[in-house]
Amino acid sequence: MMVRQNTATEVAKPSAFFFDVEKVRGDFPILAQKVHGKPLVYLDNAATTQKPTSVLNSLMRFYLTECSNIHRGVHQLSEAATQEYEKAREAVRRYVNAGSCAEIIFVRSATEGINLVAQTFGRTRVNAGDEILISAMEHHSNIVPWQMLCQEKGATLRIVPINEAGELIFEAFEKLLGPRTRLVAVAHVSNSLGTVNPVDRIIEAAHKRNIPVLLDGAQAIQHLPVDVSDLDCDFYAFSGHKIYGPTGVGVLYGKSELLEAMPPYQGGGDMIASVTFEKTIYNKLPYKFEAGTPHIAGVIGLGAAIDYVSRLGLEKIAAYEHELLSYATEAIVRMPGIRVIGTAANKASVLSFTLEGVHPHDIGTILDQEGIAIRTGHHCAQPVMEFFGVPATARASLAFYNTRDEIDALIAGIRKVKEVFS
Amino acid sequence: MPDLRELYQEVILDHHKKPRNFRKLEDANKKADGFNPLCGDKITLFLKVENGVVRDVGFVGSGCAISTASASMMTECLKGKTEAEIEEIFERFHNLVTGKTPPETDSAALGKLAVFAGVRDYPVRVKCATLCWHTLRAALENVQETVATE
Repeated sequence: MMVRQNTATEVAKPSAFFFDVEKVRGDFPILAQKVHGKPLVYLDNAATTQKPTSVLNSLMRFYLTECSNIHRGVHQLSEAATQEYEKAREAVRRYVNAGSCAEIIFVRSATEGINLVAQTFGRTRVNAGDEILISAMEHHSNIVPWQMLCQEKGATLRIVPINEAGELIFEAFEKLLGPRTRLVAVAHVSNSLGTVNPVDRIIEAAHKRNIPVLLDGAQAIQHLPVDVSDLDCDFYAFSGHKIYGPTGVGVLYGKSELLEAMPPYQGGGDMIASVTFEKTIYNKLPYKFEAGTPHIAGVIGLGAAIDYVSRLGLEKIAAYEHELLSYATEAIVRMPGIRVIGTAANKASVLSFTLEGVHPHDIGTILDQEGIAIRTGHHCAQPVMEFFGVPATARASLAFYNTRDEIDALIAGIRKVKEVFS
Repeated sequence: MPDLRELYQEVILDHHKKPRNFRKLEDANKKADGFNPLCGDKITLFLKVENGVVRDVGFVGSGCAISTASASMMTECLKGKTEAEIEEIFERFHNLVTGKTPPETDSAALGKLAVFAGVRDYPVRVKCATLCWHTLRAALENVQETVATE
């Protein structure tokens, strides 16, 4: 029943100078398939990443041998499932270097992590006339929860502008930090532009004024080493499915002193210590924020994904992906009619572009016929599109299993688009 | 495997490059906005309707080749039509692009619009082809809110 695993990569440690991409691809069975008769070229990794067999097997193993509920059963299966679930929490803690497992809360997605902070921390700390500061490059998931909160409280959402390269304007950010700023919430890496924000400087500047910082790590966690202790961020949210794990599971890291002071997000089972009709005592961290039966299999799968990425080594991954992004960027900018949207000096994985005279949606359809999967549209970042004066872009987003040959296929595909529209 | 040329026919590419009736209508008495959030296609449609008959039509906006060509070709076929006739064309067009009926069922009645038959092989593109038609219906019914295809 188990998906066959290519164990070769488990033992083969690629050298610092050589990333064995072919071997790595063997761990992702989906990549071997054909789409419209052409080999699949999957370049939509910022939307979701593919899953290695070790993750798929962990899901199978849970459902085949351990399926049960966690934290309450006295029986063997429940005990085994609870152990696996908490082992995944420890894997996440280690991966982001949090001080304690109490600071790792499993949620549905990065979106839910941000909403949790808005609805608990936000609702207790933000009042009429206060300000929340976000950037102009945020994904809708780091805009709308704050808009909702501001609307409810009579607070103001302030926006740090970006420049033509798609970089946050740091001086403007510093000026916007004011006595009424209650929280800074910014993307670690932009999903539509690929910009890596100077989060260490952002946190330092905000902390000087005692303002906490939430980082939306949905597009960073799979590309850059993230050390929440070193960054000293107050909250860090990310999704499991963007780091080669299952959909439907995400993580919110929060500093324990902040989490302790926050009211629960949802009420239900598992988040309580005791319940009477008169009074309920909430459970300790992190369980206070994990009401109801969680996505147990998803969490275990996320643990397996983090183990997988850790074995490959994030520094090696980052170096390989950086080299591949440079290769792709150099090839694409040489094509007449191409405009790259997002040209920050510090970028990760994302190549957003437009082609003169052709709408991104048409690019997407034609590339799909070539077996090439990219994303076209506004990438849930409509304000970014407005800033650059485009209705949409085509976005190729890379992962460590992509190759130079696949970039060449993309370039050939874009040539085909130009042919159709010539 | 569907052939790309079935979707991107010469006629469609031509209307994409040179959309007809691409203008605001100063004396319009009906108007509606349409928006496809999936790809950001936007259209504003202007109509001059007298005694239930479309006398003039224009549109502005931005979108993909399919949505621009569909809007352009739609405007070409509207002049002189009654609301009831337009409703019938829309139904036939919708059947054609969604594949609800075999293409030959509606092709003859649709005339030039039959070039959109290729859309049926690209389900995600159906909304591109029908956005202008939904917007047209909203304009005729005096709907104030922007029509969204999702």
